[in-house]
Amino acid sequence: MKFIKNQKADDTLDLVCRMCPLHLLEPGEKLACLNKGQVLEVLTDYDGALEDIPAWCDKCGQEFMGLEEDEDCYKLYIRKTK
Amino acid sequence: MKNVYMDHASATPVHREVIEAMLPYFHEFFGNPSTVYDMGSKIKGVIEEQRAKVASLIGAKPNQIIFTSSGAEANNLAIKGVVFAKQKKGNHIIISSIEHHSVLNTARFFERMDYEVSLLPVDKQGLVDPDRLANAIRPETIMASIMHANNEIGTIEPVSELAAICRERGVIFHTDAVATVGNIPVNVNELNVDLLSLSGVSLGAPKGIGALYFRDKVRLMPLIHGGIQESGRRGGTENIPAIVGLGKASELASQGLADQMNHVEGLRNLLVAGIHERVDQIVETGHPDRRLPGHASFCAAAIEGEALIFMLNAEGICANTGSACASKALKTSPVLVAIGIPPDLAQGSIVFTLDSSNTVDEVEYVLDKFSFAVEKLRSLSPIWREQKAA
Repeated sequence: MKFIKNQKADDTLDLVCRMCPLHLLEPGEKLACLNKGQVLEVLTDYDGALEDIPAWCDKCGQEFMGLEEDEDCYKLYIRKTK
Repeated sequence: MKNVYMDHASATPVHREVIEAMLPYFHEFFGNPSTVYDMGSKIKGVIEEQRAKVASLIGAKPNQIIFTSSGAEANNLAIKGVVFAKQKKGNHIIISSIEHHSVLNTARFFERMDYEVSLLPVDKQGLVDPDRLANAIRPETIMASIMHANNEIGTIEPVSELAAICRERGVIFHTDAVATVGNIPVNVNELNVDLLSLSGVSLGAPKGIGALYFRDKVRLMPLIHGGIQESGRRGGTENIPAIVGLGKASELASQGLADQMNHVEGLRNLLVAGIHERVDQIVETGHPDRRLPGHASFCAAAIEGEALIFMLNAEGICANTGSACASKALKTSPVLVAIGIPPDLAQGSIVFTLDSSNTVDEVEYVLDKFSFAVEKLRSLSPIWREQKAA
């Protein structure tokens, strides 16, 4: 798993308190509103997302940039590549 | 005998247009909105249309609305959802002493879990003092929940002022607007609230449907874990006919509200003036001006409210002693206690809640039957005889 720090994002998707499979449904909807090259920050407290989101990015052709652990959630960063 | 319904705070009749809008979703479009075939996706689209209608009624965005099964569930989701999501922040909740049981008992639930609850007092007219709220806030305060208007005494709270205090201090603010949405204009941005509960019961929608508004960035732990319904915030297959009913009722509620308010306020004033004219030793409860337009509430000396309700019922009149949920408990209303009504006087509580379907003739009928019933009950009351003799 790639850890990154202080990554800036163009938009944030807050999935804290929300369960599987929202972390696999909502990033796609949110990315659709961004331009190519922009970065989406996904906040989640669901451990399963740490494996699922990078895998989802591979499958959908988006770039998973890495994650940062925050006080009460994980922050995962996706760059829109298509 | 006439039938006169003046208990619209407990339930409203479902509008005919609402029933017609709902009907296709029982049989023709019955599918599950989570399915991917055409019927499912069409129904999913219908849900989103209703969400937009409910949002529009209160000045919200569609994605800020969660459908629930009732106003009580919306209140539970607001409080439990926020407190569980923010439990690392603290352990303190603030409510007023005149909240509906769905707020009061949710706060008590947290008290059993070692949370601290501050119950804000109200003045004799039922108003929460903003300074008291400001003084009650501590670093560990998670949220405050203060109702928009009280269903038993009709008082409208200074919610925008209260919410602004909480916003400034980083405390989440929720309001139970079940008594106001559909009766007076309600706008979440003007009220400045983070969460707001509403119910179909007071809107001419069917029972079994409500909604919670939540401001962006407010995190909510679901009460019902399940699938992807309501964006993962409330599991369970959606009650489509009821959601359509709430959407249609919201659309209707936003039309002609000013006329409706004028109409019911006029009738209410007639009722209040008539009661004071015909019945002595009766006090009006709640605020004289800051109150719901169709709401008239009283406490009559030397009267048992339940007996009065039964006598009015025998004349075809539906009214209430307090909240629909509490009136069977035969316990002094905590709301009346909170506004300082002595327990013996509080026993004689009666609440009329009118809507646009009520007429001047009905008010006259109620005045006749009401004054007769009070006189009759007092003639049987030893307390009344003692008072008279004294």
